[in-house]
Amino acid sequence: MTPAAPEPVVEISELRRVFKSRRGPVEAVAGIDLQVFRGEIFGFLGPNGAGKTTTLRMLATLLPPTSGRALIAGRDLLSEPDQVRWQIGYVGQQGGADMEITGRSELVFEARLYGMGREQARLRSEELIRTLELEPCADRRISTYSGGQRRRLDIAVGLVHQPQLLFLDEPTTGLDPQSRARVWDEVRSLRRAGTTVFLTTHYLEEADALCDRLAIIDHGRIVARGTPDELKREVAGDLVTVGLEGDPETALRLLREQPFVREASAEESSLRLYVERGESAAPEILRLLDREGLGLTTISVSRPSLDDVFLRQTGRSLREQAA
Amino acid sequence: MKLARDTWLVFQRYFGIFIHNPAWVAVGVIQPALYLLLFAPLLKSIADVPGFPHGGAYNVFVPGLLIQLGLFGASGVGFGLISELRFGVIERLRVTPVSRLALLLGRALRDILTLLLQSLILVLVALPFGLSFRPLGILIALGLVALIGLMVTSISYALALWLKDENSFAPIVFTASLPLLLLSGVLLPMSLAPSWLRTISTLNPLSHAVSANREVFLGHLANANVYQGVAIMVVLAALAIWYAARAFSRAIA
Repeated sequence: MTPAAPEPVVEISELRRVFKSRRGPVEAVAGIDLQVFRGEIFGFLGPNGAGKTTTLRMLATLLPPTSGRALIAGRDLLSEPDQVRWQIGYVGQQGGADMEITGRSELVFEARLYGMGREQARLRSEELIRTLELEPCADRRISTYSGGQRRRLDIAVGLVHQPQLLFLDEPTTGLDPQSRARVWDEVRSLRRAGTTVFLTTHYLEEADALCDRLAIIDHGRIVARGTPDELKREVAGDLVTVGLEGDPETALRLLREQPFVREASAEESSLRLYVERGESAAPEILRLLDREGLGLTTISVSRPSLDDVFLRQTGRSLREQAA
Repeated sequence: MKLARDTWLVFQRYFGIFIHNPAWVAVGVIQPALYLLLFAPLLKSIADVPGFPHGGAYNVFVPGLLIQLGLFGASGVGFGLISELRFGVIERLRVTPVSRLALLLGRALRDILTLLLQSLILVLVALPFGLSFRPLGILIALGLVALIGLMVTSISYALALWLKDENSFAPIVFTASLPLLLLSGVLLPMSLAPSWLRTISTLNPLSHAVSANREVFLGHLANANVYQGVAIMVVLAALAIWYAARAFSRAIA
């Protein structure tokens, strides 16, 4: 998927944001470095209050950073915010459409704000209504929209000027599973069309299923980054669970010596093996046990989840916090 | 050029939203109309008291009522902005290259158009009671209402952007409006006031607007009070716009 020489669309260095509060300054974003490459779906995963939204709002020109630098599509965030605004779309958590008017008029208005003439704005809105399948509701007041329709309209509004980079802040929070799947489809088709997507989420499944690359953020710091697979492999590799007919001790001794096994432990009649790559380790384990004549009842390979990654980095579970 | 275009676009959008609920025009007129019907008759009987301005009760009262409409009609506009902040509308608009000043002016223009419409209704309602004016005078009066509207809406928007919450916005607006109204001489002319009260009232810019408007409705268009009132309102409206536009460009939702 990743092109040979990835071109950075977002380059952040030492970006910091400190808020004043009654109990003194609070460092919401504590100096982060980050690159997002053209055409990828990049995710910011972390619990509420981790600094995801603050970072996104800084990058979208809404909030001045306390210090640090950011280049967005080659433009300097601090000295050329107006240039940056033409290159980006931003869909905030609350959306931002007015309840009292129709989705179509909101789209036309947005297009006109980007300098389009009446006719051009009308055509562009029509195009977006078709692409995001908003035909059934485009001419109704936004207050009558379902959660999913509302979210698709918000995305359409963010895309009016064909930005090369789209920021989505918690795009599926509060949506039912079906609507969430549709938003995922939309995000993937944006990537197909060449748009870079930078989203935040506190859903592990979303980060895992949707994002090409991730940064895990906690207390304003990036604690891990990479593709979902890389991150999960970093934890301790894959977990292979082997059910055995007899005493597991012999098998444990045998397998512990294998170079591809990082950790192994025995339970009553099964072994838990942490290996680098579960899919290649499983056949090897089968062969070894077979050669030694050790009978085996079950074998399963499971990947550690992103929650295990978060747990290892922060000592807390994201799943519990999200609940 | 871009500012004019953006302002026009923003105005059109908010006017479009407003048109969906034209009842607001009537709601704004009801309060001053009640003053006109239920309070102004009281003035008729004291219009001959020494110190009461000349020109008849209605020509003294209606000019002030228009200023009051400007103050009360415009001070509440921040409520709408607070709900937009909550729905992320302002944030969304601030990500676009739209002029920040246009975000303010477009909205304020919509508010002022509403105010002028309400003022015209009020003047028409007052005509049968014996209100009289010169055609040029009504233009100056509407101009004054527009200036007050610009000033008060700007302050209201800046306050809304600062507080971001109806529960703190409402008490401040209501607490500030009442002394401004009482010290403006709208209800009873300040010429009846003891001197200390009159002195305080000269510090209230609205009292100058009220005096100016009264002269206008007496037919004294080229009058020092008129020049002074208009000049004060022009300066204050400009300052308020400058301040609120700054708030719009810095607003953090």
